[in-house]
Amino acid sequence: MSDDGDALKPLSGPSPGREHALTLLREMLQIRRFEEKAAELYSAGKIRGFLHLYIGEEAVAVGAMQALGPGDNVVATYREHGQALARGIPAGAVMAEMYGKANGCSRGRGGSMHLFDVSRRFYGGHAIVGGGLPVAVGLALADVLRARGGVTVCFFGDGAVAEGVFHESLNLAALWCLPVLFLCENNLYAMGTGLARHQAQTDIVRKAEAAGVPGQAVDGMDVLAMETAARALVAAVRGGQGPRLLEARTYRFRAHSMYDPDLYRAREEIERWKTRDPISLFTAVLREQGVLADADLAALEASVGADVAAAVAEAEAGAWEPVEDLLKDVHTPVAR
Amino acid sequence: MTKMTYREAARSALRQALREDPRVFLMGEDVGRYGGAFAVSHGLLDEFGPERIRDTPLSENTFLGAGIGAALGGLKPIVEVMTVNFSLLALDQIVNNAATLRHMSGGQVSVPLVVRMATGGGRQLAAQHSHSLEGWYAHIPGITVLTPGTAQDARGMLLAALREPDPVFIFEHAYLYPIEGEVDETAGAAEIGRALVRRAGRDLSLITYGGSLPKTLEAADALATGGIEAEVVDLRTLRPLDSAAILGSVAKTHRALIVDEGWQTGSFAAEVSARIMERGFYDLDAPVQRVCSAEVPLPYARHLEDAALPQAASIAAAARAMLRRDG
Repeated sequence: MSDDGDALKPLSGPSPGREHALTLLREMLQIRRFEEKAAELYSAGKIRGFLHLYIGEEAVAVGAMQALGPGDNVVATYREHGQALARGIPAGAVMAEMYGKANGCSRGRGGSMHLFDVSRRFYGGHAIVGGGLPVAVGLALADVLRARGGVTVCFFGDGAVAEGVFHESLNLAALWCLPVLFLCENNLYAMGTGLARHQAQTDIVRKAEAAGVPGQAVDGMDVLAMETAARALVAAVRGGQGPRLLEARTYRFRAHSMYDPDLYRAREEIERWKTRDPISLFTAVLREQGVLADADLAALEASVGADVAAAVAEAEAGAWEPVEDLLKDVHTPVAR
Repeated sequence: MTKMTYREAARSALRQALREDPRVFLMGEDVGRYGGAFAVSHGLLDEFGPERIRDTPLSENTFLGAGIGAALGGLKPIVEVMTVNFSLLALDQIVNNAATLRHMSGGQVSVPLVVRMATGGGRQLAAQHSHSLEGWYAHIPGITVLTPGTAQDARGMLLAALREPDPVFIFEHAYLYPIEGEVDETAGAAEIGRALVRRAGRDLSLITYGGSLPKTLEAADALATGGIEAEVVDLRTLRPLDSAAILGSVAKTHRALIVDEGWQTGSFAAEVSARIMERGFYDLDAPVQRVCSAEVPLPYARHLEDAALPQAASIAAAARAMLRRDG
């Protein structure tokens, strides 16, 4: 696939119904506004460490999460604010985690890269590229052996396909017929190295097929296409057909992290992809279909803005974990 | 008490755990149809079937990570890694996931994973199958490191590991597998974090663990014929380390010789020595000494390998030298 060639097409598909459409739009908007605020707070020194923004890729997480139920598992990467919010982790808990506060979803031990919420079966936040894939395979194995009926969705980037665990994990999941949806967010860059500069075979679906995992690619800028594809593949996985791979072709509009001067991409390339902003595209479709009026959009923006403001207030108000608790949670407490 | 090998003792624990707890399963390379590279799991596939005795591909990082995921998902996996050298391929999952997930998630998860692997030299398997790297693992907070030196512990420590809510790594010394010992199969789980005095003595403390234990006991016997009564302390658990037992023995004997099959530089023996310096220095009548492996990748040839590893003779010689210092 070229860097932007066949992905640059208009949205298509049937109308999802007004209520669902507004839900999808709201979830994407929430991620966008939340992250814009996070970037601002990073510059203000409120958020430290690494901050990897998902802006531009919102349709992938939002579309994919529609296919999951509460009993399913999610394993994500260090660029996981979008997945966390779309999975329903409260924005205040995510923001507080980025502040490093005790009311953060990982009690300030993880930060932006390690969001966890086991009550929502959200198992991280993995910052070793590819490191979440074996864990996802194991979660799926547990579901099979316990006959739970759950599906595990494992997000990872195009950079991860260079890791041995990508191939190992797909093989093991296929060998044992495990219910995993491997969801590759192909944003074309492994940090600063373009896919074609680190892979001889750039077709990720073909790599999956070589491991015995059927796959398909989807326009990751089209939230409806994402949802449709995710639902189809999750249904196959849930039906006991074994793992599947979905390659979402997408693009991040911001740099890799707040440290990245973004010297490896042409401005024109970034601008071209921005013409396919998943939120703008979806908004345009809904307007065209008469589903979204100006007032609806304004109301959504106001609602999302209030949510983000409340999340920041929650993070600001949160307490710091006492230093006396530094060694807490290295081990599980046991009565001896 | 039943006489059985270290290998049979480990198998006895595996069988008991698999019978008692349906959440327990074993996976690893050749654990099933082959019966285990060191034959520890021999016969278990027939009894428990392929769902619970799972042969894996040669994908150490992935099957170890799958063990982590299965533990998160409510099971009690036992992952066998063929040797400690192969476990290096799984270090990412061990260090970055198994040891961190609880803390990094703010205490939301536990990873009740048991990992068993063979460690150590003495079988002429050369430089990619013979090393003793358990000291590296003992460096890592978030995991427990067990080093059984007897058949009883090979059994009891596996049972103990399965009761832990967090990851436990068991280093079974390859040289010990065929060695027989008396095993009480009704004894149940061993106590984690508890060192044991395997032989009492007054003149010096020989502090060791795992595959060096029989050699150290042999050295103590040899020393006894010369009138030196050595106390042998078996550490049994490297993390958490039983400092009190070490310091208690040193307070009694005033001399400490640490025997560790790891290389001396940056060794676990160095950690034991540092703890004695920090908290037992004024009990010492002589500098702490160490007998470790020579600083060389383990060679194949028998005479060279023997020369590289701690031996009863080198342990006894080091002990005698310590007692001559103030003579």
